[in-house]
Amino acid sequence: MLSSIAKPFAALALAAVLISIVLAALGASPFGVFAALGGGAFGSWYACVDTLVKSTPLIFTGLAVSIAFSGALWNIGADGQLTIGAIAAAAVGTHLENFPHAIAIVIVLAAGALGGAIWGGVAGWLRARRDVNEVISTIMLNFVAVQMLSWMVHGPLMEPSRAYPTSSPIASAAQLEFYFAPSRLNLGMLLAVVLAVACYSLLFNTSAGFELRAMGRNRRAATFFGIRIPALTVWVMALSGALAGLGGAVQVSAISHRLYEKLSPGWGFEAIAVALVARLNPLAVIPAALLFGALDNGSQAMQRTQGISPELVQVIQGLVILIILAFDTPAWNGLRENIFGASSDDAAAVPPVAEMPDA
Amino acid sequence: MLEAFLVSVITMATPILLAALGELLVEESGVVNIGIEGAMLSGAFAALTIAYFSGSAGLGLIGAIAAGVALNAIFAVLVVNLAVNQVVTGTAVSILALGLTGVFYRQLFGVTGKAFMVAPIAKIPLGPLARIPLLGPVLFDHNALVYVTFLLVPVLWYVISRTRYGLRLRACGERPEAADALGLGVIAIRWQALLVSGALTGLAGAFLTLAYANTFVENISAGRGFVALSVVIVGRWNSWGLAAASLLFGAAMALQFGLQALGTVVPYQLFLALPYALTLVVLAGFGGQAAAPSALGEPYRRQ
Repeated sequence: MLSSIAKPFAALALAAVLISIVLAALGASPFGVFAALGGGAFGSWYACVDTLVKSTPLIFTGLAVSIAFSGALWNIGADGQLTIGAIAAAAVGTHLENFPHAIAIVIVLAAGALGGAIWGGVAGWLRARRDVNEVISTIMLNFVAVQMLSWMVHGPLMEPSRAYPTSSPIASAAQLEFYFAPSRLNLGMLLAVVLAVACYSLLFNTSAGFELRAMGRNRRAATFFGIRIPALTVWVMALSGALAGLGGAVQVSAISHRLYEKLSPGWGFEAIAVALVARLNPLAVIPAALLFGALDNGSQAMQRTQGISPELVQVIQGLVILIILAFDTPAWNGLRENIFGASSDDAAAVPPVAEMPDA
Repeated sequence: MLEAFLVSVITMATPILLAALGELLVEESGVVNIGIEGAMLSGAFAALTIAYFSGSAGLGLIGAIAAGVALNAIFAVLVVNLAVNQVVTGTAVSILALGLTGVFYRQLFGVTGKAFMVAPIAKIPLGPLARIPLLGPVLFDHNALVYVTFLLVPVLWYVISRTRYGLRLRACGERPEAADALGLGVIAIRWQALLVSGALTGLAGAFLTLAYANTFVENISAGRGFVALSVVIVGRWNSWGLAAASLLFGAAMALQFGLQALGTVVPYQLFLALPYALTLVVLAGFGGQAAAPSALGEPYRRQ
């Protein structure tokens, strides 16, 4: 158990060392940069709340990626699914002025989940029925979603004055309220946490979750156990898409209240780093998302005080993913077994991230 | 009007085709690299930075090759030697390159937003051919990168389908165990494909900064690496097909600029989405794996 927890921390530490070297090479002080990141993320009550706000979409997309990857379905499309969810939420949300608040919220969130589920489900269907690799289809669907969003805010959903490429704000009945305003604390974070628990029990306490993980370990063997791989593939991708789409709907309902281009700064890709640090465990997605949300939030302060571009956060994301992958390789595990003796705990906890299973 | 449009099609198609030809080699060897975007960005950044500070476009091109090769070498260590998941590695490499180029760009050129322009690399008109009406400017009045890219189409077709080396390459992509049993050296061949592809992809990035934009902006590749991925699929893993697909997608990109300027009723986003939507349709229609190398994307571990 220890090593499955220790690995992500070791990866983060190694990433921090490498980043420090890069920063030093750029003539910046690594200590100053990390202090600015931390201060920007947790330096005040509002900074802490904003860290929660920035982490929320990452929990949704992190769960989406974790669920799909657990079934060895390489969903690179959480970003597109989130975008479609946001479009659906905004399209529906502008028409809910006369609805009771609770019902309007439920409708908006359901629309987002449905939109995401369709976008993910299409990739699942293409994989199950047309033998189309979900990696390629989800990448392509990401770009189609980006263009669809651009078209929506320049066309059908553009605000009435047609001066700005944004949609009208959604009805106030469909907006999640802020608590302790001017902080942006809202119920979206709570929903994300509840869903993380739900995903955990789905994955580890239900037969469907067992089938999903069995498919992830070995697709061919899973068929011999009577698992209906095609149907499961569609459902897993639809569920994964629904989680991401819900994230998009929460973002629209609670934070942005309207659509605009580049709504997602790449949450669907950052989610891959989140999911790998969490080792695909839905409960661990929460702290992992908080970590990356904190980095995102702190990066603005880092830019102000240290003059380092916020893109440093992407360098950290990329490095963390690469290091975790390298740590997961059989070569590395073999080496460690030779040094520390064989351990079986990884077999239970480690998802099949290091190997592409048989098609 | 027509001439300007056709020139623009060639300009749009060139970087996509160059990167796609590199990816073709990689995929024939059995590896899928979705980190093309990252290598392209690195090449674009290295080319501009080196050309700007040295004043030499040639050094810029060499820098772009080095950057693309370096990024693909990171990918190769993980994917070929450590047999790690290719998809996740490719994504990480892209994110890493996006971050690194962004950070280094701001560090070197500041946050003023001032554009750092370089002179475009020289055009080489091909003598009297360049003076033919319409055809001349469209086909025979470009920089060296354009000629090299389109010359690579028959060259790669010949190498892949008519030479012993091509046979080895394809064997690694179809049946790596068998190729290894025959002593073909799967690891070495996949490394070679990735290094050559890194050089081509880096040059594709250099085209963007040194021949097209003449400056660098963050995320200048804007999804072209992924379009190259589509080109390989829509072109059915055949270099002639790749050229046709690149020209088609180049035309779609060139058209949307025109439409955006004219403000027609047809949403220009439709043309921007075309490469991706068409890839989905082609994949759904033909069935995903029909023309792809059988072992594509599967890590190979020597037992």
